[in-house]
Amino acid sequence: MAEVTLTGVSKSFGSDVALEDVTMTIPDGSFVVLLGPTGAGKTTTLRMVSGLDKPDAGVIKIGGRDMARFTPAQRDVAMVFQQYSLYPHLTVRQNLEFPLKSPILKTPQGEIDRKVGEVAEVLQISHKLDNKATALSGGEMQRVSIGRALVRDPSVYLMDEPLSSLDAKLRSDLRIELKNIQANSGATLLYVTHDQIEAMTMATHVGVLDHGRLVQFGSPREIYENPVSVYSASRLGQPRINVVPADIFGGAPQGAVSIGLRPEHIVQGEGEDSFVQRVEHLGDQTRLHLSFKNNDLITVTDAHTALKGGDIVKIRPEKPFYFDAAGARMA
Amino acid sequence: MAQIRIENVRKDFGSFNAVKSSSFTIEDGEFFMLLGPSGCGKTTTLRMMAGLELPTSGEIYIDGEEVGQKPASQRDIAFVFQMFALYPHMNVGKNISYPLLCQGMPKAQVKKKVGEIAEILGITDILSKPVGGLSGGDRQRVALGRAIVRNPKAFFMDEPLGALDAEFREHMSEELRALHDRMGATTVYVTHDQLEAMQMGDKIVVMNHGVVEQFGVPQDIYDWPATKFVAQFIGSPSMNFLNFEGVAANGASEVLLDHIRIKVPQVLEGAKGKLTFGIRPEHVRLDDSAPYRGRVTATEYLGTTQIVLLDTPNGVVKSRVASSDVVRVGQTTGLSFDPRTVTIFNDQSGKALLSHANKGVLAHG
Repeated sequence: MAEVTLTGVSKSFGSDVALEDVTMTIPDGSFVVLLGPTGAGKTTTLRMVSGLDKPDAGVIKIGGRDMARFTPAQRDVAMVFQQYSLYPHLTVRQNLEFPLKSPILKTPQGEIDRKVGEVAEVLQISHKLDNKATALSGGEMQRVSIGRALVRDPSVYLMDEPLSSLDAKLRSDLRIELKNIQANSGATLLYVTHDQIEAMTMATHVGVLDHGRLVQFGSPREIYENPVSVYSASRLGQPRINVVPADIFGGAPQGAVSIGLRPEHIVQGEGEDSFVQRVEHLGDQTRLHLSFKNNDLITVTDAHTALKGGDIVKIRPEKPFYFDAAGARMA
Repeated sequence: MAQIRIENVRKDFGSFNAVKSSSFTIEDGEFFMLLGPSGCGKTTTLRMMAGLELPTSGEIYIDGEEVGQKPASQRDIAFVFQMFALYPHMNVGKNISYPLLCQGMPKAQVKKKVGEIAEILGITDILSKPVGGLSGGDRQRVALGRAIVRNPKAFFMDEPLGALDAEFREHMSEELRALHDRMGATTVYVTHDQLEAMQMGDKIVVMNHGVVEQFGVPQDIYDWPATKFVAQFIGSPSMNFLNFEGVAANGASEVLLDHIRIKVPQVLEGAKGKLTFGIRPEHVRLDDSAPYRGRVTATEYLGTTQIVLLDTPNGVVKSRVASSDVVRVGQTTGLSFDPRTVTIFNDQSGKALLSHANKGVLAHG
C-alpha cells in the first residue's frame, strides 16, 4: 500500500476545465471519498491517478514515485467501475483469478485459490464461483468486479461509484464490508460517489470537488460540522442543510448574506411562529416541512409527533452557519 | 376522482404465479404506495389496476364499478412510466394537448386547459420548446402534464423517479407530493425504495413473492411490522433481530434473552420454540447498568446520529445514538431495549406475535 499525492494537477477537455490546480494527499491506508455532483471532476481525478488520462499540468505520485511515465498497467492500481465489466466467457472463479494470473505477478495456484476463496466469502458469492459470469444478477456481477480488484494487492484501489447499481439492502451490507476490508487490510482507497451516506459512513477523509477545484478536504465529521462554504455544507446531511437569507432570524453578523441551518439545528417550541406545511413520518424520525417568513425550512422531530399540516410551531435557530455573498463561511 | 378496490386478485404468467390473491382498498384522494423488492408483483398489480394486464381471477373496482376485464382505454386512468415517454417530434405544448385533441376537444378549450396545467407545473415558459433539449426534470413535468390534462379518475406511476440521481430525485418527490396535495387525485405509485414510500405515501402496501405482507399507514407499518420481511425491508438500518429459543407465553410481559429477563409488550397470542426478538436501532440504548451485554465492533457516523454495531449473545445489534456520544470500538457495554417498542416474531411462520401494543395495527391488516 502507498501514499498518493497530487500536486497542482489541472486537466481540460477542449475548452472545458475538468480539474483546476488540485493538490491533495491521500495518506497511506486511508479511505478517501471524492464528493460532488456530476461534472465536478471526481471521475477525472480517478482517471488521472490510474493513468487512463494524463494531466495537462501537475505531478501525481504513488508511493513517492512520479507516475508521469508509467502506463496504467505499470502503476499497480486496481480499478472498479460503475458498470461492471466481466469476461463473459469465463466463470466467476476464472474472472476473479484473472488478475493474479497476469504474467507480471506469477502467483502460485495455491495462493490464487486461497485469495479467491477469501474474497468470494466476503462478497457472499462463494456458491456462485463455478457459474458463468453472465448467469449472475446485476448485483452479483458487480460484486465479482469488486472481487476482481480485491484479490490483488495493489498500491491503491480506485473505485468509481461501485455500489450505485445495487439495490438499497445490498448496498448497505457492502458499505460495511468495504469499510471493514479497507480497515483490516490497511489498503489505500480512492473512491468516487455522489451518495453522501457512502461518503459519511466509509470515508476517513472526504474531498469536496466543485467545478474541478478541491474546496475542502477533511474527515466526514469536520465537513459536516465545520463546512467552509454553502457548497460544502450542502454535500453532506439528509435532509439537506437549510439555506435561507441571513436576516430572517436576526442576530446575523455584518456582511452575512445567508444562514445555513442543519435540520437538527432548528429548536422547536421557542422563538417565532412558523407554519407546518407537511409532516413526513419516516419511521425513526419525522420531517417537518415548515414555512417561515416565506422561506421553506425542513426540520426533524420525534417519530410520533402530534403536529400535522396547518399547525403553527415556534422555532429558533441554534448553532447556525453564516455565509457571505460568495457563499464562503463567516462564522 | 375515485376509490379503487382490489379483491382476491391473482395473476399467472404461464406456470409462474406473479400475484397471489391480493386484496386492499385505495381510498379516494390517497397517495398510495406499492412497495417491495424486484419480482414481488408490485408492477404487475399496478398494471392490472390500469388494465395493461388482465387478472387471472379476482375483481378490481374503480368507483364501485367492476373493471377487471376491461381494457385500459375504458378505465379513465393515466399512467406515468419510469422513462418519460414523450413524442420527440412535438413541442411541449403539443405533447400536453395531444390527449385532449384525440378526444376531439375544441381547440380553444384545449389551449385554456393546457395553459392551466402548465401553470400548475411551472412550465408555462417552455410550452413552445421542443422536448429534445429539456432537462430531466422538465421532461418529467411534461410527462406529468400529459397525464394530468385529461382529469382522469386516478394516476398510476411506475417508479417515475427511478432513473434520476439522488439529489434531484428528492426534489422531484417533494414536487410530486405537493402536486398531489393541490389536486387531490387518487395516485398509485410503485417503488422499491422504502424511504420514498414512507416519505410520500398516505398508505403503503408491502409485497413480497406475490403476496401482500402488510397494508396500512407508513408509521404504523414501521412501528408494528406484521412479518419479519416487513420489519427488515422498512427502515434503514433495518430492525434488529435477536434470535432466541424459548417461550413467549400468553399474557407474559417479559422474555428470556441469554437468561436475562427483558420486558416486552404483553403477549396476546403466545408461541414457543424458535423466536425472534425485534427492536428498531433507535430503541436500543447503550446503558452500562443494564445486565444484557454487548461488545462494540464498529461505528458508522451519519451526521446527527451514529450507528453503533455490537456483538451480543443473540447476534449483531445496531443502536442509533447521538453522534456526540463517545463510543469506543472494543468496549463492552450494557444494552437496554425500550419495552414499549418490541415485536416478537415466530420464526417458523415469520409472523409477528399479537401483543397488546400491535393489536390495533395488525387487527385490520
